[in-house]
Amino acid sequence: MALIHFWTWLFEKLGVTLPYGWAWFFSQAVFIVILCLVLMLSVAVVILADRKIWAAVQMRRGPNVVGPFGLFQTLADALKFFFKEVVIPSGSNKVLFLLAPIVSVVLAFIAWAVMPFNAGWVLADINVGILYLFAVSSLSVYGVIMAGWASNSKYAFLSALRGAAQMVSYEVSIGFVMITVLLFAGSLNLSKIVESQATTGVLAFAHWNVFSLLFPMLIIFFVSSLAETQRPPFDLLEAESELVAGFFVEYSSAPFLLFFLAEYMTVMLLCGLMSILFLGGWLPPLNIMPFTLVPGIIWFLLKLGFLFFMMAMVKAIVPRYRYDQLMRLGWKVFLPTSLLWVVLTAAWVVVFRHPA
Amino acid sequence: MLEALAFYLFSAILIASAIMVIAARNPVHSVLFLILSFFNAAGLFVLLGAEFLGMILVVVYVGAVAVLFLFVVMMLDVDFAELKRGALQYLPFGGLIGLVLVVELIMAGSVWVLQPAALAAKAHATPAGLTNTEALGRILYTDYVYYFQIAGLVLLVAMIGAIVLTLRSRPGVRRQNISVQNARTAAMAVEMVDIKPGQGSEEGA
Repeated sequence: MALIHFWTWLFEKLGVTLPYGWAWFFSQAVFIVILCLVLMLSVAVVILADRKIWAAVQMRRGPNVVGPFGLFQTLADALKFFFKEVVIPSGSNKVLFLLAPIVSVVLAFIAWAVMPFNAGWVLADINVGILYLFAVSSLSVYGVIMAGWASNSKYAFLSALRGAAQMVSYEVSIGFVMITVLLFAGSLNLSKIVESQATTGVLAFAHWNVFSLLFPMLIIFFVSSLAETQRPPFDLLEAESELVAGFFVEYSSAPFLLFFLAEYMTVMLLCGLMSILFLGGWLPPLNIMPFTLVPGIIWFLLKLGFLFFMMAMVKAIVPRYRYDQLMRLGWKVFLPTSLLWVVLTAAWVVVFRHPA
Repeated sequence: MLEALAFYLFSAILIASAIMVIAARNPVHSVLFLILSFFNAAGLFVLLGAEFLGMILVVVYVGAVAVLFLFVVMMLDVDFAELKRGALQYLPFGGLIGLVLVVELIMAGSVWVLQPAALAAKAHATPAGLTNTEALGRILYTDYVYYFQIAGLVLLVAMIGAIVLTLRSRPGVRRQNISVQNARTAAMAVEMVDIKPGQGSEEGA
């Protein structure tokens, strides 16, 4: 709001009356740039955290050379990638080869547009926020397919086919889990979903979706989001022992960096989404004095961080699934369970929340 | 101003990519242009205030249907240039169909101009006081719930039919049975044999 006034004032100084629409446009542009910068910095932190947790589980030290506690390791890695040569295979489809990482990273960025970090802290507070996130995450498969096909390499192509099947399969159960949550919340707007978990009682956390009928759905969502982002134990796309490195085996330098960035941004996004859908987003766990003073963004980041820690632990301790086991889990276990839960939740809402 | 700009941007890209779908030489490029045109159509829906339809278009067509298209087109090794060689001879027929569609669209649009009373029946993207998700939900699940259920039943029958048609049981396939695997004990899996020199074991080579 203040930014809109600032732009109107600035253009008046320049002798131009700025219409409200354009002032809004400029202020949104500023917010978008700020959000993108913050996200890229936090990806650097998250990658370091991932490696540190992984190392700690294996009783190693992890990156500890660049900067204090290895804090600048990710920045050093990024710099290294930028100064490498971009190698484009001669048999590849050059336009699609370079378009694929761009598509991945753009999709990873635009998904954050509807993420509410705090009450009112959201770029686009649209009515169908959760549907938008679902749509964008279902698009992320294109980066993988395009990269795999355009590389003109057997390994990359096999990986792309695996990826397409895997991501489409797990999308189904993610969709059903989202339906159960929005049945409970009665809205598709992410801020309203968080507000529906608010309560005035002291034990605020008891009112979060996770401590309700929806608890099994959090587990299904968690495992499905591991599969959706190709995190271990579902990283069959980049199974080193079978496919060298999977769909990005031909990529080097900055295009590879973009894939890496997109992967971790999507992981963060899904952690944030889980904390909004199930853990009450920016709401404090207890409605008593020291907890209510902490700003909502801190609670949101803590929940996001906790879920990311769980994801990193899974990466460190669970062995990779076989492909048929992955498909069996998705279609024969998660799909029927989440479908049953949609029916159960709908019945629960009709019987207990809105009795006729 | 901004809205008009967005409209012309979306529709220009939509039309250009729709032309490229049939003009592109490479079938994979065709599918990718098709996806681009779906995406821009979704953008036009959002501009109309039908954000639910726009998102569903992306989820269903771009996220699921087009992935399968792409999947099939990438795996098929068809010489599409050869197929397209005779495509020009169908141009008059295709043009005729296009003309019929354009005339029908003009007729549908001109009704509002010639008969102002028909404007009252024109569908609104959102009824007053409801978001369009709620409006669609009310139509599907309250006003026409039985028709919706019947439509669902038809789809279910189609799904079961497709599964029955393609299901085949192959004999001799080794499948993993996790409960049997987990129920195995050392006594079942390991056999101790004392093999005498020069005799070999009784079973196997």
